[in-house]
Amino acid sequence: MKIKLIDIAHGRSGDKGDAANVGIIAYDDKGYEIIKKNLTEEKVKIHFEGICFGKVERFELPNIRALNFLLHNTLGGGGTVSTKLDAQGKTLAAALLRMEIETED
Amino acid sequence: MKEKIRIASGQGFWGDLVDAPYKQVTEGEIDYLVMDYLAEVTMSILQKQKNKNPKLGYAKDIPELMHRILPICKEKNIKVITNGGGVNPEACAETIIEVAKSLNINDLKVAVVLGDNIKDRINEIIESGAELKNMETGDSIKYVKDKLLSANVYFGALPIVEALQKGADIVITGRTTDTGLTLAPMIYEFGWKNDDYNLLSAGTVAGHILECGGQASGGNFLGDWQNENELSNIGFPIAEAFPNGEVIITKHESLGGKVTFETVAEQLVYEIGDPENYITPDCVADFTSIKLEDLGNNRVKVFDVKGIKETEFYKVSCSYSSGFSAAGSLTYSWPQALAKAKAADKILRKRLENLDLKFDEIRTELVGYNACHGPLAKELDEDFINEITLRIAVRSDDFSSVERFGKEIAPLILTGPPSVTGFAGGRPKPSEVVAYWPALIPKDLVIPQVKIMGEK
Repeated sequence: MKIKLIDIAHGRSGDKGDAANVGIIAYDDKGYEIIKKNLTEEKVKIHFEGICFGKVERFELPNIRALNFLLHNTLGGGGTVSTKLDAQGKTLAAALLRMEIETED
Repeated sequence: MKEKIRIASGQGFWGDLVDAPYKQVTEGEIDYLVMDYLAEVTMSILQKQKNKNPKLGYAKDIPELMHRILPICKEKNIKVITNGGGVNPEACAETIIEVAKSLNINDLKVAVVLGDNIKDRINEIIESGAELKNMETGDSIKYVKDKLLSANVYFGALPIVEALQKGADIVITGRTTDTGLTLAPMIYEFGWKNDDYNLLSAGTVAGHILECGGQASGGNFLGDWQNENELSNIGFPIAEAFPNGEVIITKHESLGGKVTFETVAEQLVYEIGDPENYITPDCVADFTSIKLEDLGNNRVKVFDVKGIKETEFYKVSCSYSSGFSAAGSLTYSWPQALAKAKAADKILRKRLENLDLKFDEIRTELVGYNACHGPLAKELDEDFINEITLRIAVRSDDFSSVERFGKEIAPLILTGPPSVTGFAGGRPKPSEVVAYWPALIPKDLVIPQVKIMGEK
């Protein structure tokens, strides 16, 4: 079954130098198991092809059912140098939530 | 010792809702008002203002705000802590004292925290062995040290605690961590020891939740944002802190917004790196230890926070001039708005190429199509697109190339694709690009000083 990530999670993103931080939070425990299993560094890197030009680092916060991603080399040189409209990566959490996930049930 | 204290967030950045701090002191009971004014770019702007006028260099909104809130703070015994002193905390404090006198408040104790501004000490600091290498690239400071616009050390909560111990009603700092503003009153009121890292981490986490103002109380909330809960009258978050490190995040009942597990969780993941090592000058907090419990009625309990000893270093943030940039935009309407915008982009790029200008970067974004999500944007059927805004931005070390770019936008209206509008603001002007140089400095090279204004 295909599910939309935006139906099971929310999040927020921002800048850390030239990296964007994308925090994704599942609405419940089942949702957290799904994102933990499916949102791997590799999958997120592929999802952001053409946006993230560096490596993707993933950190787990099971206490709040969240994953935090650092997308390196993503903001066009960092918040104040970048010529991007979204120089601080504020819309990138929504961009990750566009992903669709194939689940077993 | 007090059983609990209520610390209210009044500003998330310089430019935030002007009335938010006023509402925090009038719409309910609080003990402390904390205001974060400093983003990275703010320090370089303030330094430029001070270079022109030695009496400036702080957040200029503060005197007017103080005029509104000082009588209330005095009556209710609310202390104010802010990093809005920027690169000139003393001048900021002096204007506050003047404002107080004009209101017939003559016994106001205003403290400043000094010593964070190391711009004029850079050579001395490098000579004493601090490398100030770029934390992200590892590059040597020698490339930028002669063109620095600002250089500030991030102090933590302790200098503010000292100011409160000296009886300050108002504490004005320069570059202090956002989290330190909230942690300081907890250390002061509850007598927390500077090696009780779990308590310091609890206060630091509360500071992280408060530091972006309304972002913890329903603003910029991606969850069920449609239930906007009267954001027009949003109440900024309040941390109700207890001596054992438990904190309840809430807001004034009469104000809008909402505080739930989800709104607090979104703020917790905002702008963090490795959650197990949230480094501040006061401690290293472990965000994976935080427990959140939604108590209902806009109350979320934050507890069980763990942390470890602080590091031997302060973070330094230097800014330096790094060329120029400009951005221009034009809006194309149906039919074939997207195709027209793309065609205009091609024409403009060809013209720039023919002019033989020098750019480090030319970036085209199609607002209404792919400016936010780039290649993830869905293909659109031209018939359903009402309009597209073409946005082009350039960056270069060469001022005249950027200036010339600005002259090439408006001509596209009469010499490019049709049904185009939206050029009202004049030619895009080159603006200076300010780049950042994050580094570490051994703590013993920078000693914070606390001064009560008016005393010697």
